[in-house]
Amino acid sequence: MLLIPCPWCGPRGHEEFTFGDAADKRRPAQPQRCDDDTWAEFLYGPQNPPAGGRYLVCHSLACGLWFAVDFDTSSHELTDSRPLGGRDGGRTA
Amino acid sequence: MASRAYSIRSLLRNAWSFQEEWERAWRSPEPASDYDAVIVGGGGHGLAAGYYLAREFGVRRVAVLERSWIGSGNSGRNTQVVRSNYYYPESAALYEFSLVLFERLTRELGFNVMLRQGGHVRLIHDPHDLEVARASCNAIRLNGIDARIIGREELGRLVPCLDLSPRCRFPVRGGLIQERGGIARHDAVVWAYARAADAAGVDIVQDCQVQGFRRDGGGICAVETSRGLIRTARVGLCVAGNSSTLAGLAGFRLPIVNSALQAMVSEPVKPLFDPVVSSGRIHVYVSQSDRGELVIGGGTDHLPSQAQRGDFRITAEVVEALVELFPVFSRLRLMRQWAGTVDITPDRSPILGAAPTRGIVLDCGWGTGGYKATPAAGYLLAHHLATGRPHDLAAPFALSRFREGRMVDESAAAGVSH
Repeated sequence: MLLIPCPWCGPRGHEEFTFGDAADKRRPAQPQRCDDDTWAEFLYGPQNPPAGGRYLVCHSLACGLWFAVDFDTSSHELTDSRPLGGRDGGRTA
Repeated sequence: MASRAYSIRSLLRNAWSFQEEWERAWRSPEPASDYDAVIVGGGGHGLAAGYYLAREFGVRRVAVLERSWIGSGNSGRNTQVVRSNYYYPESAALYEFSLVLFERLTRELGFNVMLRQGGHVRLIHDPHDLEVARASCNAIRLNGIDARIIGREELGRLVPCLDLSPRCRFPVRGGLIQERGGIARHDAVVWAYARAADAAGVDIVQDCQVQGFRRDGGGICAVETSRGLIRTARVGLCVAGNSSTLAGLAGFRLPIVNSALQAMVSEPVKPLFDPVVSSGRIHVYVSQSDRGELVIGGGTDHLPSQAQRGDFRITAEVVEALVELFPVFSRLRLMRQWAGTVDITPDRSPILGAAPTRGIVLDCGWGTGGYKATPAAGYLLAHHLATGRPHDLAAPFALSRFREGRMVDESAAAGVSH
């Protein structure tokens, strides 16, 4: 089992977490105005970051908060886990 | 080809020489400096594409490049299931084409792929499952494919060791069967296509990793490999779990997420049942191989992964579900467990056809169900590489469907494993 350190709850088994998209993915600022390509790229765009890339992770079976981890999908090595930016570290959306 | 055909005479001749003079089933050539078409990925899909390119479409100089040895990836890591009982017409047409090719494969390639059409059963556990099974059954039959709902009695005759008692935690009430579904030996499919492709003049180059692509005015002009530069204007990409990586090398991105899908086999026992039995409700499917081993699979792991190893927690869940359905298997030992890297798309349908980089044709995104499509995937890739346009069966699966919102949404229509 992989232990994932949640910035809020500490290390927990990976079955408590849900992996999201690559952490550098950004929602277009004005969805109504962007073209189809930009929107499709956001919706379905690459979900595999390069090896050792950063993922968004949600501690879905506990605190429910999102944070970012550096995770190597080839070795399963998890090198960093940090709260998201923002006023309160990503506690609110 | 005729001199190399396997026959009773070749068996006798080689028995006479103590089996020491069998000729190799395929050559190991040095790669040439240029080819008319290069297939990247020496799994079943790639070798089938090489075979059809040479045999059906008359493309003369073809290479299949494999990083490791042929069949070492998902072609050797699946659970051998073949079937075509799909909900959407686009998927049904694709997989039915594949199943029909499977039915002719042994004869066509002169190599026994051990196809056994013992049926594929999806279990029905409750009234909700029955509703879904009825809708699926109707859809599958409208797609022109055999499907039938069977009751507990018939299921009991087909699969005598299945626990049909009402005390079961998820009591079994019946099943949805495709009688032409079944299993075909996966290594044999790889070897049969490799041997036939080689006989048709295709160079199968193993231990040859693709490290980059050279472009010339937007289109592909060469492939950089660990065994030198290979010039070609046409590249077929069928590398399953490595599709995102190679797409990155070629300068485009794919809507794919990788995960590990695991399977396991038990120790061999005497023949117990013919069909593949699956339960989407409790995430397990099982068949019995010709060697007597139970071949067991379930859902994908929860982590994004390219590690080719499975999470033990999922192994345990799959085994628990199996023993729930078949208490008689509880004392069997598992012999092996392994995992393959699957490439899952947003709608769980494959991506076939032109890539954003001109000259590259995609065969990826098959997710958890690529093995059963092997002959069709190879044929359709060969068709596109040879003619420059997608086959009618492949057209609905173009990469552009995500931008156009034209999904073939098997994630909503299928059970857990497809």
